[in-house]
Amino acid sequence: MADTIPLSYYLAISVVLFTMGALGVLIRRNPLIVFMSVELMLNSANLAFVAFARSFNALTGQIFVFFVMTVAAAEVAVGLALIVIIFRNKHSIDVDLMNNLKG
Amino acid sequence: MNLTLILFIVLAVVAVAAAIGLLVSRNTVYAALFLVLNYASVAVFYLLLGAPFIALVQVTVYAGAIMVLFLFVIMLLGAEKLPKAKVLPWQRPVAIGLAVLLLAEAVFLLFRRLTTISTPLANPAASVNSTEALRTLGMALFNQYLLPFEVTSILLLVAMVGVIVLTKKEKGEQG
Amino acid sequence: MASSGLFSLVPLIILLPVLGLLINLIFGGRMSEKAIGTVASSASGLAFVVSAVLGYSLWAGSGTAVVVPFADWIHIGDLNVAWNFRVDTLSVLMMLVVSGVGSLIHIYAIGYMHEDVRFKNDPGRYRRFFVFLNLFIAMMMILVSGDSYLMLFVGWEGVGLCSFLLIGFWYEMDTLGRPSWANSNAAKKAMIANRIGDFGFLMAAFSMFWWFKDLSFEGVFTQAAQVASITPSAILFITLFLLIGVAGKSAQLPLYVWLPDAMAGPTPVSALIHAATMVTAGVYLVARSAPLYTLVPQAQNTVALVGGITALFAATIAVGQYDIKKVLAYSTISQLGFMVAAVGMGAFVAGMFHLVTHAFFKALLFLSAGSVILGMERGHHHLAHHKSAEEQAGEHDEVFDPGDMRNMGGLRKQMPVTFWVYLIGALALAGIVPLAGFWSKDEILADAYLKFPAVFWMLLVAAFFTAFYMGRQVWMVFFGQPRHDAAAQAEESKPVITVPLMILATLAVLGGVLNLPGLHGLTNWLGHTIAGVEAGPFNFLVAGLSTLLALIAIGLSWLLYGRHPLAVGQKDPLKKLLGPVFTVFERKYWVDEFYWAVFVNRYVDIARFLANVIDGRFWHDFVHDKVIAGSYNWISHTVLDLRVDRQFIDAIGNGLGALTKRISAGLRRMQNGFVRSYALAVLAGVVIILGYLILK
Repeated sequence: MADTIPLSYYLAISVVLFTMGALGVLIRRNPLIVFMSVELMLNSANLAFVAFARSFNALTGQIFVFFVMTVAAAEVAVGLALIVIIFRNKHSIDVDLMNNLKG
Repeated sequence: MNLTLILFIVLAVVAVAAAIGLLVSRNTVYAALFLVLNYASVAVFYLLLGAPFIALVQVTVYAGAIMVLFLFVIMLLGAEKLPKAKVLPWQRPVAIGLAVLLLAEAVFLLFRRLTTISTPLANPAASVNSTEALRTLGMALFNQYLLPFEVTSILLLVAMVGVIVLTKKEKGEQG
Repeated sequence: MASSGLFSLVPLIILLPVLGLLINLIFGGRMSEKAIGTVASSASGLAFVVSAVLGYSLWAGSGTAVVVPFADWIHIGDLNVAWNFRVDTLSVLMMLVVSGVGSLIHIYAIGYMHEDVRFKNDPGRYRRFFVFLNLFIAMMMILVSGDSYLMLFVGWEGVGLCSFLLIGFWYEMDTLGRPSWANSNAAKKAMIANRIGDFGFLMAAFSMFWWFKDLSFEGVFTQAAQVASITPSAILFITLFLLIGVAGKSAQLPLYVWLPDAMAGPTPVSALIHAATMVTAGVYLVARSAPLYTLVPQAQNTVALVGGITALFAATIAVGQYDIKKVLAYSTISQLGFMVAAVGMGAFVAGMFHLVTHAFFKALLFLSAGSVILGMERGHHHLAHHKSAEEQAGEHDEVFDPGDMRNMGGLRKQMPVTFWVYLIGALALAGIVPLAGFWSKDEILADAYLKFPAVFWMLLVAAFFTAFYMGRQVWMVFFGQPRHDAAAQAEESKPVITVPLMILATLAVLGGVLNLPGLHGLTNWLGHTIAGVEAGPFNFLVAGLSTLLALIAIGLSWLLYGRHPLAVGQKDPLKKLLGPVFTVFERKYWVDEFYWAVFVNRYVDIARFLANVIDGRFWHDFVHDKVIAGSYNWISHTVLDLRVDRQFIDAIGNGLGALTKRISAGLRRMQNGFVRSYALAVLAGVVIILGYLILK
């Protein structure tokens, strides 16, 4: 085969997805959407890891992705539980209403 | 122009489009489904990069477990449409600006400065799909990375316990 | 001239009175009045004993002068003045007179001041009087015992100070006890008049140093003739300026004006200082400076003329005075004129003889006058007690002067001892043989007849007046009927007062013995010190003439005052006789008024101008208040306080505070509690760091 895809292409995709995720965290007020954007960011990081693993021909990158996914799963579980509790208290899931730490 | 490149571009477009969809959709369920699409395209990316195990784990864990969880909670809370933002009117423009800036910086970095990573990646050999590769992965996981492995299992345990504790109703509390 | 044996006692004449005054000063608060008086009198008395011892030693040593060194004083360049004592016949004579008469007056003062402080209502001041009296004795001793003109001047100034202190003893009240400036004004007058005399003395002393390079008596006298041959005007200058000093201290024309006012002091002061001792310092000075004066006959003539004119002038004023002490004061001025004329003419022995006898009878007269005044005060006191309240209230306006002779009369019945001693003193002063005054005055007249006829006639006329006014005084005070109830109630004084009077009276009677013609005791005595004195034969013509005149004068006074004694409110008969002339006498030739108008008021104007305009308006109001204080105030208030402190520094302080508040208000807005904005901040940080890394 002639050309294969350079590493930088994969990394570019990763960056784009990361930026989208960041935007989502900043702009959206629904905490669920925010959470999903966070997952998107983690996912983009995973992509970067795997691309580097392929580039250096090492398995370490893939192992890392493994752990990231596990942690992401745990984090989602806890996070969603928190959202549920907050909804129970405030009867709304608007992030802007949770400003008790205001100084 | 070869097949890999075409596939790459198609996949990239899909992934990005799905991300954009996640960003702009008002309906939370739609957003979740867009995310699922994104995961699927990333899984194919993994395959392209010669990590079949990871690709399948991605689909299983992310799209299968996490997104399902998300959809449960969405249904639980009711995917309401939130009214327009009352505060922080400057947040949206500033955030978009910053994001653009970040993109520009990253692109600049990738394609101007860090030239060493412009070397093309070799296609993965067919042996990556073999059990040999899987075996190596498993060996590494349980030998070198045993500690993180164990810690992660404890983490999962803690998460489980935590979730249950958090959402347990107090005595006398209304549901 | 070794200071051997008893001569080394000489410092005691000063140290004993100083010791007395220190004891009274330090312990006097706890001592009784008798104890204070005894200490003071003993100090003076012991000084007399030492003087007598010195006199005896001199006599045993055939009268050679002895210089007893005491201390080194000044060593500056050419000026070398040591404090040495000079014990010679002249100084010992003065010492004896000062301490002898002084001690008697101290004893008298014990009784007199006891009554006076009670009359004036301030018993606490008793001690101060005796401190001052002892100080005076010490200073007078320094004056007469010094071996140089400078030491003499130290004593000269010292007695001037004591005169001031003692005249103004009752400084805040007049003689009747009412609040007044009178006494302190009199003291000031004495000080100022003496100061003018001191100026003369100092000019003479400076000239002496300039030409003689030495101020000691020996140094000056041995060089005198030599300097006179080089610069004749030098000695003339010195002697004439010394004359100014004499005129001040011995109350001669034109500086005599302080002595009558000095009668404001208590009577012992008048007796001691202004009759017997201080005022005689001028006479002593001329006698001591005999070697200088004999070189310049013009100066001698000037001195004699001054003395003669003063004698006549003062005697006429005494005729018109009503206050008992004022008569005696002018009498003193007149008698001092006699003495100054005598030593001016070169009749040094006659002058010193008269000094001694005058000390006896003038002190006697003054002290007796004091006794009379006390008697009048006692009588007044009795009256005040026996009168009823209404009568006292009605009499409130009338002020009683116990010294006014017009209030007296017939006192010889109430106060017999005082009368007899006063009579003796008056006769001695008038020069009636065989009392002391006759011999001394006659010797002066005899010498004047030979040496200076013009002065002789002046002194003769003055002697006539002297006898007249003393007669007038005796008739007015002791004879006739009391012209005031106080006189009718007067009482005799206590022995502590009358005994010294009697001692002095004895001296006044016997004093002539000192220099009786034939014996010439004093002449021989003083001849050891003063060159060229010789005893002259007794001049019967002069003696007879003066005695005749004195008797005529006494007779005249009897005609006017004795035959028809003055009644209450009656005018002085001499007024009718002489008319305006009497007014001139009575008003003292308006000399004081003249001085005030011509000299003193000019000074007062200058002083007022300096005080009010220069010092008050310019210096205080303008420079101090406006310029200095004003500019300080301007700097501190307007500039520093308002502008710098309030506008500038406070602005900085307040501004900092306001700035901090605004910064914190601004920063506080970051803590808005919205998670999204925190996340935005994180992203912003990432972008910035990335950018920095890129640009690096």
